[in-house]
Amino acid sequence: MIARSLLRRKLCNYTINGIAGLASLVGLFFLAWILVEILARGGKAINWSFFTELPSPAGVEGGGLVHAIYGTFVLTVLATLLGVPVGMLAGVYLAEFGMGTRLAALVRFFSNILMGTPSIIVGVFVYTLLVIPMQGFSGYAGAVALAILMLPLVARTTEDMLNLVPNQLREAALGLGAPRWRVTLQIVFREARSGLLTGVLLAVARISGETAPLLFTALNYNFWKTSLQGPMPNLTVTIYNYAMSPFENWQQLAWGGALLITVSVLLLTVLARFCVRGRKGS
Amino acid sequence: MIPMMKIREEQSLYTERIYEKRESPIQPMPSKATVPSKVSVRSLNFYYGKNQALFDNSIEIVENKVTAVIGPSGCGKSTHLRVYNRIFELYREQRAEGEIRIDGQNILDPSVDVLKLRQKIGMIFQKPTPFPMSIYENIAYGLRLHFKMSRSEMDGRVEQALKAAALWDEVHGKLNQPGTALSGGQQQRLCIARTLAVEPEIILMDEPCSAIDPIATAKIEELIEELKIKYTICLVTHNMQQAARVSDYTAFFFQGRIVEYGETGQIFQKPKEKKTEEYITGRFG
Repeated sequence: MIARSLLRRKLCNYTINGIAGLASLVGLFFLAWILVEILARGGKAINWSFFTELPSPAGVEGGGLVHAIYGTFVLTVLATLLGVPVGMLAGVYLAEFGMGTRLAALVRFFSNILMGTPSIIVGVFVYTLLVIPMQGFSGYAGAVALAILMLPLVARTTEDMLNLVPNQLREAALGLGAPRWRVTLQIVFREARSGLLTGVLLAVARISGETAPLLFTALNYNFWKTSLQGPMPNLTVTIYNYAMSPFENWQQLAWGGALLITVSVLLLTVLARFCVRGRKGS
Repeated sequence: MIPMMKIREEQSLYTERIYEKRESPIQPMPSKATVPSKVSVRSLNFYYGKNQALFDNSIEIVENKVTAVIGPSGCGKSTHLRVYNRIFELYREQRAEGEIRIDGQNILDPSVDVLKLRQKIGMIFQKPTPFPMSIYENIAYGLRLHFKMSRSEMDGRVEQALKAAALWDEVHGKLNQPGTALSGGQQQRLCIARTLAVEPEIILMDEPCSAIDPIATAKIEELIEELKIKYTICLVTHNMQQAARVSDYTAFFFQGRIVEYGETGQIFQKPKEKKTEEYITGRFG
């Protein structure tokens, strides 16, 4: 038996560490590049009128995206209201009631598939489901498409977070004579609340940047509009349209929109991290 | 989850022998047959999926006494206790067969209201399990499950429960603080208070002191002593000194079977079964 060379082991260690470090640097580099570019170019577009005015005609300086900001906000809120309760209840079923059943395994499997489904497919699906029967694009269809995208995300994080709650806590509550639904809603949910909130925030962050599903459902609209009937203005499709346009001022607005969405998603993610930290602190 | 029993072949052969040798079957009753029994277990078998964990358990738990359940790890002590309030039903694969009569009613009958049953039979777990809410709410939670009452009455009942669990003096100024902020021993007494508040008749304690320090343990033992005036207590413990100190009756479990059951003094001083003696004298376990 010969002792293995210490030098060789150390060298091997440094090499692997070095490669791993380099790989993460490559990832970070592109992220930083995107952020810097968006900040530099989008920053110029952000001013008071960006948040208060409608886009000015092609070629005319100034204008804003108030209609699209409002539209995206409404779509996201509506999608959250639709998607979160259903997704959460599905997660509750998976973690609390369906444990070990074949139905739960099936639901989990399809939920995973849905999570991996390209979002444009969901858009086309809602197009045939709602847009064609309703004979037109609408904010409702857009919200439904986003809600469908949220479903598996929320269901999955809910299940994971509920699974983190120790069974002893459930037993303790059941042992007092509490019915199962009360144990879930009043004890388990409360114990997992920051995790659940984090899941919701991350799901909101995820859908608020979606473009493809909206192309087939809410489409876009260039003027101020509060009704959900008919095409609905929104930031992502506006960015898509304006970025492709040949007009300097529209391209500017698209950069501004991109910055706004990026910062919003970033803030939501940071908020979610903050929730997780709050949980650890308690 | 309760660890599955691992039966070593030689050991199981050995127990088989004990069983064969015995002239009369074990008396499920403690020596004086006249004492009133609160819980009467008859031929209880329990399964984790395909694995049988309890074999033909029969035992009479005496009212207003402390019955200690002792035995080596994985012998089925906790499993046995967890059948009394049917808490095992949380897990799909677990199954009990046989009869457990509490005040004459077979509680394994599916028609028994399990919520009422669990009100009547409180349970204290190995690790303290305060709910994620204030000290006050921890106790009010159970009260609200079973009773409707005014806020002032609720305040009174919470205080009463905390006093009964010897915790009031330590927490009365901070009832709005989270229950999780208390020390381990205090948390366990909070759990006892929470259980007492819903007015049980039987209290199952599954190694209530295994996660807390000796001083807190002493407090809980003292408490058990007081509680048996009003309640029937079953105490699973790994600690034989504890069983000897606080219990009136002791059941010795081994490999899912009740090997011996009797008055605590007799079990510890003159065990009838060889296996009991070996365990008590520390030769295994």
